[in-house]
Amino acid sequence: MLIWNRAKILYIKKINWHLCLIFAAISSQPILTSMTWKQVFSSSIGRKLTMGLTGIFLITFLIVHMGINACMWAAVYFKDDHGEMFNKAANFMGSMVVIRIIEFGLFFFIFLHIIQGYMLTVYNRSKRAVGYAVDYGSKGSKWYSRSMGLLGTLILLFLIIHWLHFWIPSRFTGVEEVEYNGVKMHNMFALMQTTFQQLWVVILYVLGCISLGYHLAHGFQSAFKTIGVHNKRYQTMLTGLGYAFAIVVPFVFAMMPITMYLGWVK
Amino acid sequence: MEHYNMSLHLKVWRQNNSRDKGHFENYKVDGISSEMSFLEMFDVLNERLITEGKEPIAFDHDCREGICGMCSMYINGKPHGPWKSNTVCQLHMRAYKDGDTIVVEPWRANAFPVIKDLMVDRSAFDRIVQAGGYISVNTGNAVDGNSLPIEKDKADASFAAAMCIGCGACVAACKNSSAMLFLSAKVAHLALLPQGEPERKKRVVSMVAQMDKEGFGACTNTGACEATCPKDISLSNIARLNQEYLIASLTADK
Amino acid sequence: MLDAKIPAGPLDDKWTDYKGHCKLVNPANKRKLEIIIVGTGLAGASAAASLGELGYKVKAFCFQDSPRRAHSIAAQGGINAAKNYQNDGDSVFRLFYDTIKGGDYRARESNVHRLAEVSANIIDQCVAQGVPFAREYGGMLSNRSFGGTQVQRTFYAAGQTGQQLLIGAYQALERQVALGNVKMYTRHEMLEVVMIDGKARGIIARNLVNGELEKHFGHAVLLCTGGYGNVFYLSTNAMGSNVTAAWKAHKQGAAFANPCFTQIHPTCIPVSGDHQSKLTLMSESLRNDGRIWVPKKQGDNRKATDIPEEERDYYLERRYPAFGNLVPRDVASRAAKERCDAGYGVGTSKQAVYLDFAAAIERYGKTEVGKLGKDNVSQEEVIELGKEVVKEKYGNLFDMYEKITGENPYEVAMRIYPAVHYTMGGLWVDYELQTTVPGLYCLGEANFSDHGANRLGASALMQGLADGYFVIPYTIGNYLADEIYSKAISTDHPGFAQAEKEVRDRINKLMSIKGKQTVESFHKRLGKIMWDKCGMARNEEGLTQAIAEIQALKKEFWSDVKIPGSINEMNPELDKAGRVADFIELGELMCKDALDRNESCGGHFREESQTPEGEAMRDDANYMYVSAWEFKGESDWELHKEPLLYDVVKPSQRNYK
Repeated sequence: MLIWNRAKILYIKKINWHLCLIFAAISSQPILTSMTWKQVFSSSIGRKLTMGLTGIFLITFLIVHMGINACMWAAVYFKDDHGEMFNKAANFMGSMVVIRIIEFGLFFFIFLHIIQGYMLTVYNRSKRAVGYAVDYGSKGSKWYSRSMGLLGTLILLFLIIHWLHFWIPSRFTGVEEVEYNGVKMHNMFALMQTTFQQLWVVILYVLGCISLGYHLAHGFQSAFKTIGVHNKRYQTMLTGLGYAFAIVVPFVFAMMPITMYLGWVK
Repeated sequence: MEHYNMSLHLKVWRQNNSRDKGHFENYKVDGISSEMSFLEMFDVLNERLITEGKEPIAFDHDCREGICGMCSMYINGKPHGPWKSNTVCQLHMRAYKDGDTIVVEPWRANAFPVIKDLMVDRSAFDRIVQAGGYISVNTGNAVDGNSLPIEKDKADASFAAAMCIGCGACVAACKNSSAMLFLSAKVAHLALLPQGEPERKKRVVSMVAQMDKEGFGACTNTGACEATCPKDISLSNIARLNQEYLIASLTADK
Repeated sequence: MLDAKIPAGPLDDKWTDYKGHCKLVNPANKRKLEIIIVGTGLAGASAAASLGELGYKVKAFCFQDSPRRAHSIAAQGGINAAKNYQNDGDSVFRLFYDTIKGGDYRARESNVHRLAEVSANIIDQCVAQGVPFAREYGGMLSNRSFGGTQVQRTFYAAGQTGQQLLIGAYQALERQVALGNVKMYTRHEMLEVVMIDGKARGIIARNLVNGELEKHFGHAVLLCTGGYGNVFYLSTNAMGSNVTAAWKAHKQGAAFANPCFTQIHPTCIPVSGDHQSKLTLMSESLRNDGRIWVPKKQGDNRKATDIPEEERDYYLERRYPAFGNLVPRDVASRAAKERCDAGYGVGTSKQAVYLDFAAAIERYGKTEVGKLGKDNVSQEEVIELGKEVVKEKYGNLFDMYEKITGENPYEVAMRIYPAVHYTMGGLWVDYELQTTVPGLYCLGEANFSDHGANRLGASALMQGLADGYFVIPYTIGNYLADEIYSKAISTDHPGFAQAEKEVRDRINKLMSIKGKQTVESFHKRLGKIMWDKCGMARNEEGLTQAIAEIQALKKEFWSDVKIPGSINEMNPELDKAGRVADFIELGELMCKDALDRNESCGGHFREESQTPEGEAMRDDANYMYVSAWEFKGESDWELHKEPLLYDVVKPSQRNYK
């Protein structure tokens, strides 16, 4: 703006008035003309966008994770499976280069989601220095949509325990091996069986899944709004899909420790 | 409709000026008719305070017919009080019964500093509009009004967004003090019309930047704003705003 | 004293000729010329935006927290324009003619014709700004009929046309603020016009947040401060609407024209009790379908639904068979008052009449049944279908009624009563919108110019925007072209100091009274005097009494008003006290003007001047003039008469029988 004004003054000295007026009318629009990526992602909408996009990525990850893990229930139907299908699937995921690379991406996005989430929570909270004496409460908004930070924290705590149980042993500290047709691989199935013998672990996992369910109940549809889905027809569809997803996926995950604990899967 | 009189306990935020810390003051008001409007109840109280030699409560109000957007009270935890699609000035006392306690606070947000008592400074909204909430057309430039046919549904949707009265209840209700519903209503109003097309991208980028600068929070789609909006501005406007912003940023030149 | 500066030549060419010959200001000089605009409603915001675009340095002031709050926002119905999009025979001439006739032949032909000429440009301008007017399925602008005209020329945006137009003007204004051409001062109230060498050269404004007085220079000052309906205490105006700016100008020498011409709107929600702070208008469009009635028996306390058809008096249909419920506003209002005064009023206050949709609901229901091709439908079903149709048409108004009264108008008849709505009078202006003070202009409702003695529906928005967008940018140039040699005057000039001192003294005086009665109580008492004696019907005796009562009230006010708080802080009671003090003085002038005008015309009904059937009787032989009052001193005014010459339209008595 300043530069323009200066330019205008120079111009005014040189050329005739009419030209100058037209020039001024075009040039002095106060509206921004460029935006860098930094501007985009540090803006309030950009921050949401980070949350939404990483959220959608994590949603797709959940589907894959759920699909692989569901292989454990093969043991219910095939008497001689004993976790073979699950172990093979897990091994496939763990040994493929492409997937290992994606895993880095996964961690990057998880941490981006967590860090941006906390930063956004702090950012948003800081916008009201003096609070209300009477809280707005649930008039028009759901408790879980106002508690994404809390739910996210619960999920993070669960995740840490979950990593300690499975990911760290499988990557670093080692897991008992099993051999199928001459191929050796981690017996993740056995690890699950031992882990889910303890009732407190099962309860913890179920609580983790419940947190995830509520987090998804808001997060799923919110993510799509954030990336700009505004047509009523898609919004209705995505909201329905979001609730279904938020119920089905955590339920399936929760059934894993439960069925193990109850001994339905051997 | 049966009329009745009531006595009420009021807990009202008092604050001398923006530098003052402020506190709640308790008042008891008697003989309030169910036919009064909420602001008329405040008039009665203020008349009494003046007669008693005390300072009346300062609050913003003007048209008292729900359209100017000046009135702004956060009543028992809800901007504009308990009724749906309503402003404080249209709230009537039959919403309450004898003996009720009513807590009245100003809009709370860093971007809306308190001026006095229940009055807040909403000039941030004007500055957001200054950042691009208009169509750059000078007087006298216009072509015939019918030279540009506009799809009825779009004109209606644009109007529905343009109904925003700029009261700031959305900010007051939002846990993040976000002005996104206000901003999105303006962006949607103009983006839905062909006249708004030429400046569409610049407008959204510039207005969002100004909103952030003013110190409003980011939207987390909780829907509290929509539920409290006196003009029923839809939350889907925010999704539209996000889309406009995304397109503008993805297609930016540099 | 009064030179209307009406251009010579045929009516059709006056404005074109004027534009072709008025003086222009070079763009370089525009930058050096400063203009002060007080008020940012439709007239003020549109003027500020347009003058800013032209390159003038503009300062705009409003007492609200944002220009978007001005009371223009509350206009519901629509805006007239002679577009003839409906091909129903509309033209500039017809709009001009309807406005002159509607105004009961008390407006200037030249001004009204110009208004009709620019009306079409307003619509174009607003569409270009993005005002979302109602549209047809083909994408074209939609029109409706309004206020009893025979053509469809009203453009609208649901029931919020004023809001949409004001937002359009507000956005244009904010754009100029962003470009640095306009500097906006919100929460500021103008308290004095600064006169230097016989010209308006600035204002003294009070910053309402901290109470400080500010001095602002301008080569010209534009007052766009709206109407003074709040002199009646209860009106459909906003709480803050006031006459102060216009009144200060009046006391500095600007003549006040036709102050007694006030419009009482027939369809407002009635007063519910002493606590009432303002009245709410229900759009005039309700009269298209609702039937107005009172019981035939005096003091009938039965519920509306319990009163059988034959015991109802549909008095408008009875008295005016040709127009029925659609008679003009002034006629409908007076008829309602007449019934209530005679003891036929309804509701607890007995100051209301019924506006009944039962017949319309049944009629629409039957039409719907016909459309659906059903037979053997029960009466309940018919009513249900009818309610749907009525909801579609008037849903938002019905909801508003229910919010305020707590009654469901789909089930029980609405109660309505007339209320003060608009003031046709205002500062006298010439063709260029300049008051009798050089350099002081007045636009919109604040001036007296275009509506004569009665304003037609959907014409107020048109006039405000015409003045701001399309008239003042030309006419002000004609004045400022001679001002290019006048350097900006420093606000240290003695003229500013003097004006500031007067304002300060007055505020100090108000604060030092420390009496016992609140400002509000004085305002209420003034309102009661005005409503009873200078309201819908006026007579010599009442007006004479009113003048004495107001003078006594003024004395009492200045010796017993109680204002809390202090001067150098936000003090809404002090603001109100200043406004009420001005209203009291204005009230006296209104009564004086009403007393002088011993004829009935438009909104002004003198009981002495009526036909044997009780209809208004105009007296063109004696009163075909604009009354312009010059302030001479306390309770002292001199009347100047501007004769009204009708070259094109031949005045006739209005007849709605």
